[in-house]
Amino acid sequence: MESKDYLKDISEIKDLMNKSSRFISLSGLSGILAGVYALIGASIAYYIVTNSVRGYLILDGQIFAICMFILAMVALFSVVTAIILTTKKAKKNGEKIWDSSSKRLLVNFLIPLITGGIYILIILNQGRYGHTAALMLIFYGLALINASKYSLGDIKYLGLTEIALGLICAFLPSYGFWFWVAGFGIMHIVYGSWMHFKYDRNVIKTL
Amino acid sequence: MSIINNINKVFDHRIRLGIMSVLMVNEYADFNTLKELLGATDGNLASHTKALEKAEYIKVEKQFIGRKPNTRYSTTKLGELEFKKHIDALEKLINKG
Repeated sequence: MESKDYLKDISEIKDLMNKSSRFISLSGLSGILAGVYALIGASIAYYIVTNSVRGYLILDGQIFAICMFILAMVALFSVVTAIILTTKKAKKNGEKIWDSSSKRLLVNFLIPLITGGIYILIILNQGRYGHTAALMLIFYGLALINASKYSLGDIKYLGLTEIALGLICAFLPSYGFWFWVAGFGIMHIVYGSWMHFKYDRNVIKTL
Repeated sequence: MSIINNINKVFDHRIRLGIMSVLMVNEYADFNTLKELLGATDGNLASHTKALEKAEYIKVEKQFIGRKPNTRYSTTKLGELEFKKHIDALEKLINKG
């Protein structure tokens, strides 16, 4: 009798440890879509800036305001998509969308992210914008790594990639735009697809 | 003999094992969180937390959040040690079988 019971005990212990400390219903598809939004936003911004009178971006003026608006829209669409798809997946997994594990995940994700956001706004106000893309990548990467402890561990690798891109970008500030496209666009699509095939598809198969 | 000795009678129940599992990976957990995670009734959970508290494997803190009383639990050093021993013993038994 025993051996089987103990085996069940162990698997139940592991399950409870995961369920109580990690929120695992993040959707890979929302990562892919966030990447797509970033690429669309970047193309629009690229088109607008290269077709403007100057052909490059300066800190004040209308074009800059439009770019900030596009950035905000990309962020908004990504967040809304993530919330919708994650809620859906959580429902399917029988996991609550708003419990202590998702709260903890969000708080730990937001602390580095908001710190970075405020810092970027401060230096933009001081007229120093050369490192904006690098800083966005680095702080976003740190936020992901911090969050990975409370969710799927694989997010850590996306975080490390973003940080690496951010640091290289800091060496080459004039290519900031392209690093931003790689980090927020392409990497999201790559990692999102990876997560999607690793986790989401398996769920469908076992159902 | 030694393996059997490490199987801890205090943990010999699904709910108690569950309480310890949750507390091992969390700084603390409150009564309602434990209740939901383990699918236990109030009375059931209370009696098992009491047993673990008596063995000094977990600590109980009572406090107020606003006006609501809130009871939260965390492991003691002794509890962590005993739980690890217990798990090791379980694993050895499984490998043997």
